Amino acid sequence: MQQQELIPHLFRTEFGRITAVLCKLFGFDNVSVAEDIASETFLAALNTWPYKGIPENPQAWLYAVAKNKAKNSLSRNQLFKEKVSPAIQAEHPAEDVMEIDLTDRNISDSQLQMLFAVCHPSIPPEAQIGLALRILCGFGIDEIAHAFLSNKETINKRLFRAKEKLRTEHIKLEFPAESELNTRLQNVLTTLYLLFSEGYYSETENEILRKDLCEEAMRLTKMLIDYTLTNKPEVNALFALMCFQASRFAARKDKNGEVMLYDDQDESMWDKQLITIGVTHLGMAAQGSYLSKYHLEASIAYWHTIKADTPEKWENILHLYNHLLSIEYSPVAALNRTYALAKVKGKEAAIIEAEKLNLSNNPFYHTLLGELYKDIDLLKAKGHLINALHLAKTDTDKKTIYAKIEAL
Amino acid sequence: MNEYALIMRHEDGTKVASPEQMQAWMKQTMDWIGGIAAQNKFVSGTGLPFDEAKVVRHSKVVTNGPFGDIKETIGGFIIVRAESADEAAEFAKECPVLQGEGNTVEVRKIAKNDNIH
Repeated sequence: MQQQELIPHLFRTEFGRITAVLCKLFGFDNVSVAEDIASETFLAALNTWPYKGIPENPQAWLYAVAKNKAKNSLSRNQLFKEKVSPAIQAEHPAEDVMEIDLTDRNISDSQLQMLFAVCHPSIPPEAQIGLALRILCGFGIDEIAHAFLSNKETINKRLFRAKEKLRTEHIKLEFPAESELNTRLQNVLTTLYLLFSEGYYSETENEILRKDLCEEAMRLTKMLIDYTLTNKPEVNALFALMCFQASRFAARKDKNGEVMLYDDQDESMWDKQLITIGVTHLGMAAQGSYLSKYHLEASIAYWHTIKADTPEKWENILHLYNHLLSIEYSPVAALNRTYALAKVKGKEAAIIEAEKLNLSNNPFYHTLLGELYKDIDLLKAKGHLINALHLAKTDTDKKTIYAKIEAL
Repeated sequence: MNEYALIMRHEDGTKVASPEQMQAWMKQTMDWIGGIAAQNKFVSGTGLPFDEAKVVRHSKVVTNGPFGDIKETIGGFIIVRAESADEAAEFAKECPVLQGEGNTVEVRKIAKNDNIH
């Protein structure tokens, strides 16, 4: 095999683990040192394995190398001698200093604490996602830049500023106090939700990268579920939402890589297993009295896992959007609600409500009106679709709208 | 942008509706609120259930239920954002409560905490 495949895969999963554990040991002031040691560890693997063969237990090999590198770093590096070592020595009694704990328990604790630290409210959301991708998911700067459709320099700057913030705000690698846990958890969920969306809706052409983003968001969310204190209904709801969305991943593109809209998708390509997992977690989310937006969005996504158009389906979706919008407004939800309204009450009724939405700068607003007017007023339908075409920002959207104009 | 309370008044709160009717009204009310929320003009709102309602009078006598000599009662209210009372009244026109003859929706501006109102 397949070294080329094995190493990136290991890198992804192990980078975050090693970095989190070392960071916990060294403190946030030295997050870059922790990252460097993790990177050097992989470099060592890359320089050894192709020639000597892949070790029987690659993970154990990596941990052993990482431990050694960390120890060397601790004893050799001048900076460590002066700054880090005393701090560690003060906290850990003599013989403990060299004990780098890479047990499963410490790995998952460190990663969870890292997740809370990275999603600290003092760090801007975009930087939170970047940091999570870098430190927790082991993404390279190139990959992050690609995912954000940005360049290396911008991402580097953004990450640098975020790490500075971690330092200056004295953010610690620890679980928030129980009284604070709930508020901090909301922030973590927002970041994981954005991370998932970044993958699901990203404009990057790189399908593998997009899938990786979604999978990482799901892995981190699952980590919260596996930890008793954060295994809350809304976390399960978010996970269910991700499962339902991700179940359509393969069906969203046709053989030529063109986007397949929901109505045109081959439902046999939907991942039934993921849908089942989603249903289980939606069940677990149905506890307590707090109804989060994730509950509503997961329920909407659940109804979309049933392809057939039934009055029941759209009545439920409309009802859920009504509720969602009264909790938190967003243009996307407003437009989707209007689409559901058209399914329940007919296009005429939906047009009246659509025209009140005051979203005339939004390309999807015009796409929706184009769709609604299609069988009622061809001229208006075309006008709206042309508006949509002018306003569309991405090539994918332009292609989709163009196809709709052609089909009129 | 101002905030207005839309207060839904029932002419006769003692009228009993069938469960089906009530469910239909509930659905209509949620669609009505959803339509306002879709314009990002919904602030908050609540129904006011009649159960356990009490009226306290001048003499500090407490009676059960909002209905005594007066049958008219408030069923709930919502708060909306609107440029003007006229715009708020446009929202009120769509309120399902108005399907009942004699029912009204009162539009009232919410006082701003600006030391003027």
